[in-house]
Amino acid sequence: MTDQEYAKRNQLASAPTKSWKNIPLAFLSGGAICTAGELIRQAALAAGLEEKTAALAVSLSLIAAASLLTGLGLYDKIAKHAGAGTLVPITGFSNAMTSPAMEFKSEGIILGLGAKMFVIAGPVIVYGIAASVVYGLILWLARL
Amino acid sequence: MAKKLGRHTYRLEKTVSVSAWGSIGGKKEGEGPLGGAFDEIEPDARLGQKTWEQAECQLQLRAVDAACRKAHLMPQELDFILAGDLLNQCVSSAYGLRAFGIPFLGIYGACSTMSEGMVLASLLLEGTDAVRGGVVTSSHFCSAERQFRTPLEYGAQRPPTSQWTATAAGCAILGRQERPPYVRTVTIGTIEDKGITDAANMGAAMAPAAAATLAHFFEDTGTRPEDYDLILTGDLGQVGRDLLYQLAAEQGYRLEGLHQDCGLLLYDRQRQDVHAGASGCGCSASVLCSSILPRIASGALGQVLFLATGALMSTTMLQQGESIPGIAHLVHLSSRNHPERRC
Repeated sequence: MTDQEYAKRNQLASAPTKSWKNIPLAFLSGGAICTAGELIRQAALAAGLEEKTAALAVSLSLIAAASLLTGLGLYDKIAKHAGAGTLVPITGFSNAMTSPAMEFKSEGIILGLGAKMFVIAGPVIVYGIAASVVYGLILWLARL
Repeated sequence: MAKKLGRHTYRLEKTVSVSAWGSIGGKKEGEGPLGGAFDEIEPDARLGQKTWEQAECQLQLRAVDAACRKAHLMPQELDFILAGDLLNQCVSSAYGLRAFGIPFLGIYGACSTMSEGMVLASLLLEGTDAVRGGVVTSSHFCSAERQFRTPLEYGAQRPPTSQWTATAAGCAILGRQERPPYVRTVTIGTIEDKGITDAANMGAAMAPAAAATLAHFFEDTGTRPEDYDLILTGDLGQVGRDLLYQLAAEQGYRLEGLHQDCGLLLYDRQRQDVHAGASGCGCSASVLCSSILPRIASGALGQVLFLATGALMSTTMLQQGESIPGIAHLVHLSSRNHPERRC
């Protein structure tokens, strides 16, 4: 059996991801997180915060909540069902920072926690900043 | 001296048997269908230790202790111990067994380590005056996750082909007793690679190695699958098992009805959310040492082929775009001794 034939057999033997379940669940859970964010924003505005500060309050609250849930060992249990719904919003970024910080604490707070904290989120930061530089450059050139 | 049959197989001329065995599992393993067969079930995932690696060391230590207790031996009475695990530099074995002072050989065969160890221990006993030696392997879900995948609390979905690393260890003590299970024949596996690159589908990566080793064994010994009561693979899981059946059928061997996979025996897949099944060195070792060896000893199983399967990759090689090589070593265990063999 050639490698190509084996790859085909493997594809047939391997159950596919349950997209019919995962995609709607991601939509609903991701939507729920965004709705919670909007509720926080409305509450912040009602409390007299400015538009920009209210948006900041949304991010901070969601990051703190996700980090807390990660620490309590609940985030991964929710994410198991929610999938991209908990990964894509800012809560996913928070979980990606908190979980390695917890995991690698055993190797010390400098080389363990401090260094490994960025093991998942690091590439997001690097390429996020790189992309923002590129877009900034394009914007600057367009305005010349 | 062991007689070489064909290119891969050795038939033992002296009596080598498994004289005692010990197994330990975690909470999830205790809740599985084989939970009652384990010597020890440890509900504390950390086994009273500070880190996951130290917890896995304890698994090995306690498996050796359990086996020695049943053999009425002090661990120091073993002439040698062959040990391995999944962690870098096989630390669970080295740190777990350092206090025993047993002549130690660390081995690495990924999840095939249990049968690799039994092959080597049998040949050592056959070729030397050593009286008894131990083989032990372990795996721990949490130490494996942090080395091979993502932090435990990271929120991700596992694909249906993924397998659950067993938190378990198994230790077998091999010696010269005239008592089953006897080791009759061993086959050293070859590295097989069919180009699978998905680390979440280890079963597919290892199935070709299991098929190749079985074919080598049948060719070398002139036997057929029907000559055995049970063909037991290590941790192919559901995907690997289905592929093994197809690969074996191409070579003219029908395994259905004769084959079981430790990865499919350890957990209840429907109830315990382990997707394609169990994996890890501790999976095949603990299944063998909890529910298979006693059944050979009692005569309930006559002829058993045990072949633990391993994926010989590292995360570094996978990130560099390499595929996953597989391996499987085979041990033929029997409830009856060969008529011409003696201690």
